[in-house]
Amino acid sequence: MIHSLFLINYAGDIFLEKHWKSVISRSVCDYFFEAQEKAGEPDNVPPVIRTPHHYLINIFREKIFFVSVIQTEVPPLFVIEFLHRVAEMFQDYFGECSEAAIKDNVVIVYELLEEMLDNGFPLATESNILKELIKPPTILRSMVNTITGRGSSNLGETLPTGQLSSVPWRRVGVKYTNNEAYFDVVEEIDAILDKSGTTVFAEIQGVVDACVKLTGMPDLTLSFMNPRLLDDVSFHPCVRFKRWESEKVLSFIPPDGNFRLMSYHVNAQNLVAIPVYVKQNINFFDSGSSGRLDITVGPKQTMGKTVENVIVTIHMPKVVLSANLTATQGTYTYDPVTKILVWDIGKLTQQKLPNLKGSLSLQSGAPKPEENPSLNIDLKIQQLAISGLKVNRLDMYGEKYKPFKGVKYVTKAGKFQVRT
Amino acid sequence: MSANSLSYNEQTGVEAAVEMGQENTPTTGTAFSLFASDFKKNEDLKEMLESNKESLKLEAMKRVVGLVAKGKNASELFPAVVKNVASKNIELKKLVYVYLVRYAEEQQDLALLSISTFQRALKDPNQLIRASALRVLSSIRVPIIVPIMMLAIKEAATDLSPYVRKTAAHAIQKLYSLDPDQKEHLIEVIEKLLKDKSTLVAGSVVMAFEEVCPDRIDLIHKNYRKLCNLLMDVEEWGQVVIISMLTRYARTQFTSPWREDAMFDENSDKTFYDSDEEKKEGATPTKPYIMDPDHRLLLRNTKPLLQSRNTAVVMSVAQLYWHLAPKHEVSVVTKSLVRLLRSHREVQYIVLQNIATMSIQRKGMFEPYMKSFYVRSTDATHIKKLKLEILTNLANEANISTILREFQTYVKSQDKAFAAATIQAIGRCATNISEITDTCLNGLVLLLSNRDETVVAESVVVIKKLLQTQPSQHSDIIKHMAKLFDNITVPMARASILWLIGEYCEHVPRIAPDVLRKMAKTFTSEEDIVKLQTVNLAAKLYLTNSKQTKLLTQYILNLGKYDQNYDIRDRTRFIRQLIVPSEKSGALSKYARRILLAPKPAPVLQSDFKDRDRFQLGTLSHTLNSKATGYLELSDWPAEAPDQSVRNVEVLEAVREWTPAVSKSKPAKSDDDKFYSDSGEEEEAEGSGESSSSEDSSSSSSSDESGSESGSEEKSESSEESDQSSSQSEKSSDSGSDKKKKKTLKNKKLQESKKPNKDSDSDEGQKNGRLEKSGSLSGSASSSQESSSESSSESSSDSDSGTELKKKTKPKPVKKVEEKPKTMKEVSLLDLDDFSPAAVTTPKSSFLSPSVLSDLQGLSLSSSTPLIQVSNPVFVPVRPHELLHRMTGKGLSAQYHFPRQPCIYGERMVSLQLTLSNHSDHVLEDIHISEKTTTGQSVHCFRPVERLEPEASVTVSMGVDFNDSTQAASFQLCTKTESFSVSIQPAVGELLLPVTMTEQDFNREQGKLQGMNESSATVTMEPETVSSQPISKKVVSVANVGVVPSGQDTVHRFAAKLVSSGALVLVCVVQKESSAQLTINTEKTIVGSMLLREIQTALSAP
Repeated sequence: MIHSLFLINYAGDIFLEKHWKSVISRSVCDYFFEAQEKAGEPDNVPPVIRTPHHYLINIFREKIFFVSVIQTEVPPLFVIEFLHRVAEMFQDYFGECSEAAIKDNVVIVYELLEEMLDNGFPLATESNILKELIKPPTILRSMVNTITGRGSSNLGETLPTGQLSSVPWRRVGVKYTNNEAYFDVVEEIDAILDKSGTTVFAEIQGVVDACVKLTGMPDLTLSFMNPRLLDDVSFHPCVRFKRWESEKVLSFIPPDGNFRLMSYHVNAQNLVAIPVYVKQNINFFDSGSSGRLDITVGPKQTMGKTVENVIVTIHMPKVVLSANLTATQGTYTYDPVTKILVWDIGKLTQQKLPNLKGSLSLQSGAPKPEENPSLNIDLKIQQLAISGLKVNRLDMYGEKYKPFKGVKYVTKAGKFQVRT
Repeated sequence: MSANSLSYNEQTGVEAAVEMGQENTPTTGTAFSLFASDFKKNEDLKEMLESNKESLKLEAMKRVVGLVAKGKNASELFPAVVKNVASKNIELKKLVYVYLVRYAEEQQDLALLSISTFQRALKDPNQLIRASALRVLSSIRVPIIVPIMMLAIKEAATDLSPYVRKTAAHAIQKLYSLDPDQKEHLIEVIEKLLKDKSTLVAGSVVMAFEEVCPDRIDLIHKNYRKLCNLLMDVEEWGQVVIISMLTRYARTQFTSPWREDAMFDENSDKTFYDSDEEKKEGATPTKPYIMDPDHRLLLRNTKPLLQSRNTAVVMSVAQLYWHLAPKHEVSVVTKSLVRLLRSHREVQYIVLQNIATMSIQRKGMFEPYMKSFYVRSTDATHIKKLKLEILTNLANEANISTILREFQTYVKSQDKAFAAATIQAIGRCATNISEITDTCLNGLVLLLSNRDETVVAESVVVIKKLLQTQPSQHSDIIKHMAKLFDNITVPMARASILWLIGEYCEHVPRIAPDVLRKMAKTFTSEEDIVKLQTVNLAAKLYLTNSKQTKLLTQYILNLGKYDQNYDIRDRTRFIRQLIVPSEKSGALSKYARRILLAPKPAPVLQSDFKDRDRFQLGTLSHTLNSKATGYLELSDWPAEAPDQSVRNVEVLEAVREWTPAVSKSKPAKSDDDKFYSDSGEEEEAEGSGESSSSEDSSSSSSSDESGSESGSEEKSESSEESDQSSSQSEKSSDSGSDKKKKKTLKNKKLQESKKPNKDSDSDEGQKNGRLEKSGSLSGSASSSQESSSESSSESSSDSDSGTELKKKTKPKPVKKVEEKPKTMKEVSLLDLDDFSPAAVTTPKSSFLSPSVLSDLQGLSLSSSTPLIQVSNPVFVPVRPHELLHRMTGKGLSAQYHFPRQPCIYGERMVSLQLTLSNHSDHVLEDIHISEKTTTGQSVHCFRPVERLEPEASVTVSMGVDFNDSTQAASFQLCTKTESFSVSIQPAVGELLLPVTMTEQDFNREQGKLQGMNESSATVTMEPETVSSQPISKKVVSVANVGVVPSGQDTVHRFAAKLVSSGALVLVCVVQKESSAQLTINTEKTIVGSMLLREIQTALSAP
């Protein structure tokens, strides 16, 4: 299926190539460069590119293009999904998925790629299994290596059993001195507000991320106070779907370490509480090539919690040369090259509403921009799941010790946009 | 880009030179200093590789792999590297493998040196080593070793380890691409591997099938049901491949479910949602379409995968529903597809494309989710365009105003390409929905004064198209456009306006000549496209209004005659000949008017995705809108369904072998002619015993737990009925439960001849039910075989005692059952046991149709419900627990104990006995339980005790459904004046009901509950307690379990089921010297582990 993989950096250098079948010359990437040039922005590169003899399916992540070469019909999502898994695996192994990290660990990368695909077909994509086969680099081991002067192996000494067990996502023989299981309920508000502040569209998407460090083979059951809120869900393969269907509880033997337990979509009927309101007034004047900007942000339905990390990002029209503004709270920056105005507000307090006011100077002679730029808002509310979802309890069976359990709620802005 | 490829070429140039230099080393030496360093580096690596130190070699290999990764040529190191293939260091070995696979093709002769190492490793006792050897061996693309590969694949395909078999399936594809001549042999291997029951293998072998012989659909028949049933447990990548293969398969094997679709309104289908099979009959009484049960099986088993986290799996299920499901069921995929839009940009792109294709045909599917397709300013352009496309497709009279409002925002977008696309979209909406055409036109006219040229131009073009559909009413718009003409500079827009004026010059008789006048002035400086339209306009005006425009026309034609562009000169000449009458002009000029002013059909504005549905959704071809290499067409539905019996699985050799042997043990009841009877009928028999719940109506994924319970009940009834009504007619077959009861030996035979296939439904439903229990894959087959051999000798006595127990303990119809003759019990017992190898020890194995048996073996996940009857509890002394102390109860005290009897109030309840005593000095009145429990369990309260004299006590019974958890049930115990909160916390052992089963049943059930369903521990015991009696006594004292007769003295088996869910709990204690191995198998792992702890404590106590 997947014939070859090329990793290409932002500048267009191919810094890694891997072939699972016969070797394909890297000149095939020229077609990709052509498409990239045409698209301009890396985001606009079409994910599927046709060349005379091959098809290139690519993803763009962390400033790296993952370009895979396909020769025959294959569901494109299959390849895209796999490439993202590769990127996630790098992230998991090296802490970041960057060109530098990949170059530094090229041998591990190669070993990983070798295990993940056989003849172009995915073989082992579970992080738990791969970590048994190939150990991630750790500071300790690299220190040992330098001190002893021996290149100690980053391959597992024993052969993994996980692939063969009935619980393929968990490695066996896990041991911890502190047994702990943490769950993060992270909800994101996707919203589009129009000029007047009315909600055009709003929905809540959430995920339950878990960090489980438990000894042995624990069997966990997580139940919610109000599972009815959840409209559409998708699960990590470890979740027993039947239990969910019948009892609406999540019953699973967790993988070891960090993983995404489920993602969900909150029932559309529930009205979405919008935690902030934005009063904005952006004007461009016909004469004098200047503009005016006045934005106020305030808390709205916050359920008594503080809204933190509020950031307003504005993609200004091309003609805006500079901005001369004053912020009553936080700091603002304007990058005249990318035309992005970022106002980092921080915490919202009820007493004093942060305000950003001032003038914009435009390119002289150019016509005033047609449309006002829309505002993208970032925010964070700790200890609150905006949908009201609550974890009821977490039980552990199958092991005797008492684990330390914790649940954290966070609400963030997803694609939160205010049109002006 | 070019710069980059250039630099790359340079690099390879250098590399090649190095290589050449390398070959010539002895003579030329280091001719170029530039190459020398490079060359030296490799030499250095070579030395390291040839050294004796492991660490040096490893370091060298790491650097070599680094070179390979960067795409640099390291092929000259091949000899040095290949020597290390036999290294003991795993990491070194792996790196050598990586290198080998990369370069073996180029250095075939040297690569052969490594082959023997792999051949040796193929025989290694460790399955992972065998697998990796096969992997590398098959990845070395050296044609000379094809025979060796073939042999290795054949061997690996029969390997005991599923992991090795999976690798073999991958190797098939590699060998096929290396040497397509091996196809026939490889198909044989594929055929063999397709029969494999392991979920590990399934995905890979189907992939091999798709690559090697996708046309050999006949290989799938026998494995179809197995694949459907395994699907849930296959790894996610395999799921994608299997689903797309099954989609193709289904299109060739089943008839179209879409025939009566015209009768369905898209939106009314919600009423039909819940029931599956009934629905079809109910909805279309005139033209009954009965979906093939196999077809239904596929749809049902893929549906849960919509919840997968893997977007490719979700998409493939969506396309399966799109291509296979009845139209009104397709909408179940909507929600999941919309969910995928939250994923990465690339995923969005593909999903949106597919939604675009779907939304053209089925607006209703996505209309409720319209807002999810609203465009954000941060979306990539191609995402924006796709969303726009979908919004346009979704537009209808009801939502158009919302959509138009949304479009208004988009038109103002800074992304001008997107704004232009929006205008086109508005145009499309306007043509599709006639009510809004005017509104749209007015809106577009407003856009004409926009400052952006592309927006204006696009608007003009769209207006032109719109006006063409209904020109008469819109002369004022044309006038308006004529007015704006001077300000518009985009040639395409100017040309469009000119064309419009020319075309409808009769509607604007006064303006048209004026426009022509203006054009005459600027003609020379116009773009070609505008010039052409000017000529056209002139010609048309000349024909309609020659009085005013004759001179102008001639002037323009003269200008055109000398234009630089030959097209314009040509057109001018043609027009002149056509319209200006002269002696030379022939018959044609008579028709000039009809030629130039012919009514022109309005252009159709339609979606780019209009014809995309000719490709299977989700495929690469669909994305590209052209056929990709290797694309396999979906065939049309066959008019007549091919024979569906091909999917029935035939008897396996192994089954035949022991069937006759078995019949010896109990000759009395076997009817010889029942052996190998018709398959349909057998399935029915099996269905009847198996699980009644799945057979009646719902047949969907109903709970298997309840199935086992009701199944056992059903069975005893059947035995009772069979007594009197062995010759009942088969007309009863229509009514679900009746049918089951009457499956006695004799009328089975009758039915066999009369109704061949009608029971396929139940067969399938039941199989499905079985699957849901899915235990461990490989375990069940082997363990059951084992148990059959073990228990064959003692089976007769076992089953006798088993039935005896069983008689007394049926939950409700206890008394009835007791009257039944023992022998009949056994009949039913066997009836149920049918397909399991263990059951074959009895003569009733004649029930065991060969086809059913192998069918089940094919499933391998099967979890049949064996004969499991609730039995009498073993007597244990009553252990009362305090519920309410007399001090807190102000004189009222309450104690409870578990009588260990099936609860008479409800099947899911645990029965409890409460002893209420009055320790006070006055009469207590109206003692009752207030209805509410604070903890959500359902409680059946005892009848209120009206009076309780001082120092008197009364015992009442009640039932609590603990839901199989030890969570305490809290409620209020009230007297007339007071109320006390009390709570009952059950011991886990009391949540059980003892059941009886034979030893072989036990073993088989245990086999199914392996893996995570099993918990075990070792207990050390005091020597004096090591005798059979205390052990079972100790176990039953803490848990309400039934003793399973055991063949060995040191093995004690106990069985029970959970009261609420009916899940089996199997306890097994294997006694050793001074310790015992305690094993508990149950689906409910929670209960299992708690029970383990309790029993463990009980056993270790002296």
